[in-house]
Amino acid sequence: MIEVEALTRRYGALSAVDGVSFRVHPGEVLGFLGPNGAGKTTTMRMLAGFITPTSGRARICGHDVVTDALRARAALGYLPEGAPAWGEMKVYDFLRFIAGLRGLAARRDRLETVVARLQLEAVLEQSIDTLSKGFRRRVGLAQAILPDPPVLLLDEPTDGLDPNQKHEVRGLIRDLARDKLIVISTHILEEVEAVCSRAIIINRGRIVADDTPRGLLEHAGNPPGGLDTVFRSITTAAAAGTHAGSGAQ
Amino acid sequence: MNSTARNIGLILRRELSACFATPLAWVFLLVYLLLSNLFTFYLGGFFSRGQADLAAFFGWQPWLMLFLVPAMSMRLWSEERRSGSIELLLTQPVTLTQAVCGKFLAAWVFIALALVLTFPLWLTVNWLGHPDNGAILAAYAGCLLLAAALLALGSLASALTRSPVVAFIVAAAGSFVLLMAGYPLVLDAVRGWAPQAVVDAISSLGLLSHFDGLARGVLDVRDLLYFSLLTAWFLLATVATLDSHKAE
Repeated sequence: MIEVEALTRRYGALSAVDGVSFRVHPGEVLGFLGPNGAGKTTTMRMLAGFITPTSGRARICGHDVVTDALRARAALGYLPEGAPAWGEMKVYDFLRFIAGLRGLAARRDRLETVVARLQLEAVLEQSIDTLSKGFRRRVGLAQAILPDPPVLLLDEPTDGLDPNQKHEVRGLIRDLARDKLIVISTHILEEVEAVCSRAIIINRGRIVADDTPRGLLEHAGNPPGGLDTVFRSITTAAAAGTHAGSGAQ
Repeated sequence: MNSTARNIGLILRRELSACFATPLAWVFLLVYLLLSNLFTFYLGGFFSRGQADLAAFFGWQPWLMLFLVPAMSMRLWSEERRSGSIELLLTQPVTLTQAVCGKFLAAWVFIALALVLTFPLWLTVNWLGHPDNGAILAAYAGCLLLAAALLALGSLASALTRSPVVAFIVAAAGSFVLLMAGYPLVLDAVRGWAPQAVVDAISSLGLLSHFDGLARGVLDVRDLLYFSLLTAWFLLATVATLDSHKAE
């Protein structure tokens, strides 16, 4: 479970994330939506333990991300934005390295399962620098799911993939969602409709909507443009009040 | 095996193999060995000294390391920040201290390897005469300690910026000031305005004065303590810097 209470991150006078609170339960796939610069990545980074919150708290499976950081991180698989990796490393060595840090050095079977699941067999001996964008993203996903963590944080997991690859990754996410809790940050609305059981829309660091994708549509009166229209109207409305529908806690 | 040792070991090995995966390692070794020999035989006057020792070699090591160690340390953190891989590394179940130590140790092991590869010089003096091998060993240890302090300083410089070139310049300039801290060049700049206690403190911080004893083969506990504390301090400062600036 992820519990977030009044999570805030300030940079000088600017609040990148401003008092965000939500809970996510196992089996949920939460789509974290918002325009660029809304605070999605900052929130994800605070949950992953990369940025320290200015105030507020967040717990992953009961472990505080600041005071019990190593246990919180051990419960997480995290795909950072842009799927960064060490370019000169070969894919296999990279995954072995991550497996080592995760205490899975002896679990070859786990590595093989993940490689097969993301169809990385053909590029195992290639250095990451030479991979296409799609393969790089899959390598990033592979390292995130390698330790079989109960919680997955995926920051724009399908960015830069072609339609076939997007389809595959979404299938994988739906597959993983059976026994995991997944948070996906994205600005691709079709993705939310395709895989998410719940959507939180964040704008200027604050939550402006928290509902199921269907609930968001119904609340807005099923507008002709679908979620696109809902998203635009919520994130462009000045001084919009928080819309909280059936999915909100 | 406990997880601290395991994580440091894994990061150390990853760094070393990354280093040898690029031409950097080979270029570094080649340049280091060429310059070491050049300095020893030409500038150090190895033959004209008429003594079978390595004083000419060790005397030039600080000046060689002044440029080569920052070249080794400049990418340690700045590259991680620039490529974004720092986010991947520090969101694993690894502490910042483990990551800083692992990377530092990898660079240190590499420099130790470079020092080991100067063994033909040692063979040469042993063939030419009967040098004090204990003193030579102590001087090699001094080189390792000097390298550790400069690497730790370089690691801090690299944590301060995303640009490896800026990290190199800051580390080289910082190393130069530290090397010369006991000499008039630095002391005169401070003497005009700082109280005597500060001048004395800066004077006692000079790397070169602490290295000279070791280079002559004198292992003094105070020198060992000095290099260990200086290295530890720079590494702690690296941890603190990364802790507050890693995401920027």
